[in-house]
Amino acid sequence: MDDPLIIAGREFRSRLITGTGGAANLSVLERALVASGTELTTVAMRRVDSAGQTGVLELLRRLGIEVLPNTAGCRTSAEAVLTAQLAREALETNWVKLEVVHDEETLLPDPVELLDAAERLVDDGFVVLPYTNDDPVLARKLEDIGCATVMPLGSPIGTGLGIRNPHNIELITSRASVPVVLDAGIGTASDAALAMELGCSAVLLATAVTRAQDPERMGAAMRCAVEGGRLARLAGRIPQRFWAQASSPGL
Amino acid sequence: MKVQVNGTARDLADGTSVAAVVSLVGAPDRGVAVALDGAVVPKALWDSTIVPDGGVVEVLTAVQGG
Repeated sequence: MDDPLIIAGREFRSRLITGTGGAANLSVLERALVASGTELTTVAMRRVDSAGQTGVLELLRRLGIEVLPNTAGCRTSAEAVLTAQLAREALETNWVKLEVVHDEETLLPDPVELLDAAERLVDDGFVVLPYTNDDPVLARKLEDIGCATVMPLGSPIGTGLGIRNPHNIELITSRASVPVVLDAGIGTASDAALAMELGCSAVLLATAVTRAQDPERMGAAMRCAVEGGRLARLAGRIPQRFWAQASSPGL
Repeated sequence: MKVQVNGTARDLADGTSVAAVVSLVGAPDRGVAVALDGAVVPKALWDSTIVPDGGVVEVLTAVQGG
């Protein structure tokens, strides 16, 4: 069935966007990425240090996976804008996963700084994929200023707590006209399937795969979960009922 | 002259270019970007851009993350 994910006019067959953080080493990461079937993967921008290259860019190029730079670690709009501009220069892409977090304990997005940064980056010609709170109003505002997606969290980054407010995610997906990507909080395959059943167009995850006991197998699980959830969403689930309803004919 | 390179104070010769700083920190050939005093210096201008005394240079590359 031909059902591509389309972001800013670009088509992807996979609806799973992955991160590269948290993997024990590049060979574990490679096996997990291949198993996940992802076509778009995030990287962070950091100072060049004496340790030299990490090799992650070469790995993604070799696997034919598109690079999506993020602004992880930025706390202000100004920092995030500069980091996005540096990523554009270094990686020759105008796509950016915009992250502006408020504090280390929660890593929750700072909505004021996020909206300001998104506006400036859209004006500067970026394709902006903002990591946002599960706030339907903020999601609407991000879409209105020209973001290419909105990417609400299920729960805080790295917690694996799943989707804590499914109704908010459904409110966001029900009126968004850009793809909604569930970003952050995924713990296991059922969380990813639920995101798709709630109407998300894709799922972005990292820790759930890279820190699983078997990252390669979990990558495959997430691939299947996203596909299954998407199919179920398109198929249209039965309404929930209070009382039982026999599926066999009466005697 | 005194400049900050990736957070470290360095004593560099007057007239040092951005390109020279990039090789000083051992940056790879591809996937690198430079900010001088908070603004991006496009790669095409690395040779011709001279770091001023007291300048702050950041040399970044992509790493695993997100």
